[in-house]
Amino acid sequence: MEAIAHNAVQADPWRGFAAGNWQTHVDVRQFIQLNYRPFTGDATFLAGASERTRKLWDVLGELLRQEREKGVLDVSADRATSITAHDAGYIDQSLELIVGLQTDAPLKRAIMPNGGLRMVESGLAAYGFTLDPVIKEVWEKYRKSHNQGVFDTYTPDILAARKSGIITGLPDAYGRGRIIGDYRRVALYGTDFLRKERQQLFHELDDAVFTEDVLRQREELSEQFRALDELRQMAAKYGFDISRPAVNAREAVQWTYFAYLAAVKEQNGAAMSLGRIATFLDIYIERDLAAGALSEEQAQELIDDLVIKLRIVRFLRTPEYDQLFSGDPTWVTESIGGMGEDGRTLVSKNSFRFLNTLYNLGPAPEPNLTVLWSTALPQGFKDFCAQVSIDTSSIQYENDDNMRPLWGDDYGIACCVSAMRIGKQMQFFGARANLAKAMLYAINGGVDEKSGAVVASGFEPITADVLDFDEVMAKFDKMMDWLASTYVKALNCIHYMHDKYAYERIEMALHDRDILRTMACGIAGLSVAADSMSAIKHARVHVIRNEAGLAVDYRIEGDYPAYGNNDDRVDSMAVWLTETFMNKIKAQPYFYRHATPTQSVLTITSNVVYGKKTGNTPCGRRAGEPFAPGANPMNGRDVHGFVAAGASVAKLPYSAALDGISWTASATPDALGHTAQDRIANLSHCLDGFAAAGGFHVNVNVFRRETLLDAMEHPELYPQLTIRVSGYAVNFVKLTREQQLDVINRTFHASL
Amino acid sequence: MSQQHSVTAPLSQGQLSGYVHSTESGAGVDGPGMRFVFFMSGCQFRCQYCHNPDTWKLHAGRQLTVDEALAELAPYAGFLKFAGGVTISGGEPLMQPEFVGALLRGIKQRYGLHTALDTQGFLHESVSDDWLEAVDLVLLDIKHSDPERYQQITGQPLQPTLDFAQRLKRLGKPIWLRYVLVPGLTDATDDIARLADYVAELGSIVQRVEVLPFHQMGAAKWAQLGMAYPLAETPTPDAVAVAAARALFAARGLTVC
Repeated sequence: MEAIAHNAVQADPWRGFAAGNWQTHVDVRQFIQLNYRPFTGDATFLAGASERTRKLWDVLGELLRQEREKGVLDVSADRATSITAHDAGYIDQSLELIVGLQTDAPLKRAIMPNGGLRMVESGLAAYGFTLDPVIKEVWEKYRKSHNQGVFDTYTPDILAARKSGIITGLPDAYGRGRIIGDYRRVALYGTDFLRKERQQLFHELDDAVFTEDVLRQREELSEQFRALDELRQMAAKYGFDISRPAVNAREAVQWTYFAYLAAVKEQNGAAMSLGRIATFLDIYIERDLAAGALSEEQAQELIDDLVIKLRIVRFLRTPEYDQLFSGDPTWVTESIGGMGEDGRTLVSKNSFRFLNTLYNLGPAPEPNLTVLWSTALPQGFKDFCAQVSIDTSSIQYENDDNMRPLWGDDYGIACCVSAMRIGKQMQFFGARANLAKAMLYAINGGVDEKSGAVVASGFEPITADVLDFDEVMAKFDKMMDWLASTYVKALNCIHYMHDKYAYERIEMALHDRDILRTMACGIAGLSVAADSMSAIKHARVHVIRNEAGLAVDYRIEGDYPAYGNNDDRVDSMAVWLTETFMNKIKAQPYFYRHATPTQSVLTITSNVVYGKKTGNTPCGRRAGEPFAPGANPMNGRDVHGFVAAGASVAKLPYSAALDGISWTASATPDALGHTAQDRIANLSHCLDGFAAAGGFHVNVNVFRRETLLDAMEHPELYPQLTIRVSGYAVNFVKLTREQQLDVINRTFHASL
Repeated sequence: MSQQHSVTAPLSQGQLSGYVHSTESGAGVDGPGMRFVFFMSGCQFRCQYCHNPDTWKLHAGRQLTVDEALAELAPYAGFLKFAGGVTISGGEPLMQPEFVGALLRGIKQRYGLHTALDTQGFLHESVSDDWLEAVDLVLLDIKHSDPERYQQITGQPLQPTLDFAQRLKRLGKPIWLRYVLVPGLTDATDDIARLADYVAELGSIVQRVEVLPFHQMGAAKWAQLGMAYPLAETPTPDAVAVAAARALFAARGLTVC
């Protein structure tokens, strides 16, 4: 191992690469375009897991088992973490090809009080750990956190909306995440080059007018410059000099991982995504393969080893957080495949190797492997993706044909469905607003249907016994205005304070200086709201009020068309809701740092919590019953099969939801086809059909209901059983029982 | 939405109406590729292990004209063109030969899609050879090879189904043969071997034999209809039994799955 590192120092890191501007200016995309090799073959070249890989995975397997038992294996509660806070740590140094851990031991979690001290304290308490008193003193007396800053500025409306759950999941007590550093830059250029670039960008502003914006930018550039040096120091603890570019495949993987590792050492972001590294790394692997310096098995080992590390990224979180984002997700999202703007596919052999880790190491929720699907992808890759989905239920698909025209061909997915150009764009994550509850507020004049408290003041309730569509819509429209205004104010508070108190130094050091920022709002309860509108319009909905006159239940007379059956009478209502709420967001007077507002139709696993916090709805859904996840039709209401449901979802316009639209589809293997070949061809065709219809995202689950029921009873037998939920994957056995039941009750497309 | 499509089939044909129990937009196991399935209402069989007993009554479904049925396909035609096609199932589609014939011709003329007819063939004499031209593939269901047992299971005689198979052979019409393996009812080796011999003699028109393990998914429908399910206690056949049945067909050179 040492010999490789030593010899490498002698070599020219860019030997054999096609020259270009990328050599003098940071331009990873150009480097890729000039040097990558599209791969149009099939999966037959792939290598299985080596003996070494299996051994390493087994060592970790025992630790993972202990972690499952305890919830959290260990915490480094003695220090606030930073890029350099911990010494080098290993799983088993003699076995590791790629090294680096968040703390000094595997699965030992760090604490990150910059986000908020209370979150750290309750996270520790939940798992039986105690905080070092010095840290407590520092963050109580001398150092303010993001969380404190936010609550210094919130309005009474925001606090009430947050409490009632009409707005939920706001990143005001935890890291916002959803920022992807261009971790490839460290491999391609080394930190010296990147620090010089930061310096130059800093001095370009020496003569600017020192407005608050310029001053903030200068301070940030200085922080970034410093963070890059800390990254170098961190790598040095492991014996590597990453001030210079990587000279071979192993170093390229290692350097890229170090850069990512620095980010997850410093930030407990809700989603800490990796970007789009597979085909970038393939260039190095191809060079080494051609030189005879690497075999296919060794190439696979490097990726297996990297993926092992990505599987054990951990953050200390609270049980309340887990209710929202269940299963301990980290969203180490890696975007794979896609097409180039020049028509060549961006699929490389390394795209296959990443997916192959699901065989070599078994299924797993992380990294969140995301295939950028295009109808133009090579058939061999399409078939392999379909096969992997059928065998592991561990990958998700997003429509490259939708995104490429907007974001080019070097974007990646942050978290679940958020596309961003790598190193050129970031988002201010905004969780989501509950449209179903907003409709109930419209009916009750801003009074919460569960607590009876006034949340939105100044609104009149509906008093009629039968809901009139026009009256409801007029009031709903005004209620959405209130919601959008309250929501965007909250997001402005949050992101101002996050930049101030928990700035993502290393991630932003791996961005261009001048970037596009989006403010990613979101909606939940789309299908409930659309079905409620449909019920009010197409059936007769009687209101049932309690003694206080509050509408608490509804009686439906007649039938109504439900969203998810490719019926325009109601699908158009879902489209209207998506477009209308987006327009109301856009109409807000200010977005922090001049961000561009966007919106997602995504709930992660919070569809369960949202359902809990929402009373009976006019569509017939009972109080507390989970919402459908993301843009899914309500459970059991899509009765015309998978293709009709997908067609309904595909009608939601991406232009009104540029932060993504999530659909989760489950089928049993028997329903997909009688033979393995049939199943692969059918799934691949369905993905083509959904993409061609403009569908944005789909999670594909292929499993039997009985398997999940058995796993609930015997979790110890299913440590790696992985399922896709809204936008990510989880170990089924790590979900709460409530969420497990929700998954099982969700429409199984027994026939696709 | 159903009115948006211009009528290209002859008016008299397009306005024929029939009873459709339900439709399914994406089935993976009812013919090649992904299928849009029309489940027709009505069946004169009373198979003990029927998993769609709710389709037995002719008037249980929606009454649709051929044009209306074709319009329901419209949003999926582009997808079905490359992904699969349309399957007419049931119920027993041959209970409504005029409507189904017009529907099949409409699917061919208007969308140019692959068509499959899922039938047990008992009523085949009600349709002409011309009628069958609009069918690309027959999913032929033979419940048992022994006439007596066949009558017991389905309430109808076997011979018409065998005649239909011979007719398809004469017409050179491709067949996927389907056989439901029910423990204690259809899993005797001799019975399967006899059927396999018969099917093998049909020759190259038999493109595939599907041995379908009996399952209990139909039980809920029997209960919903308030009927006693005769096979309530019957287990799903184990993997060994399924493999053995498949082997009997495969041994005769048939493609089995």
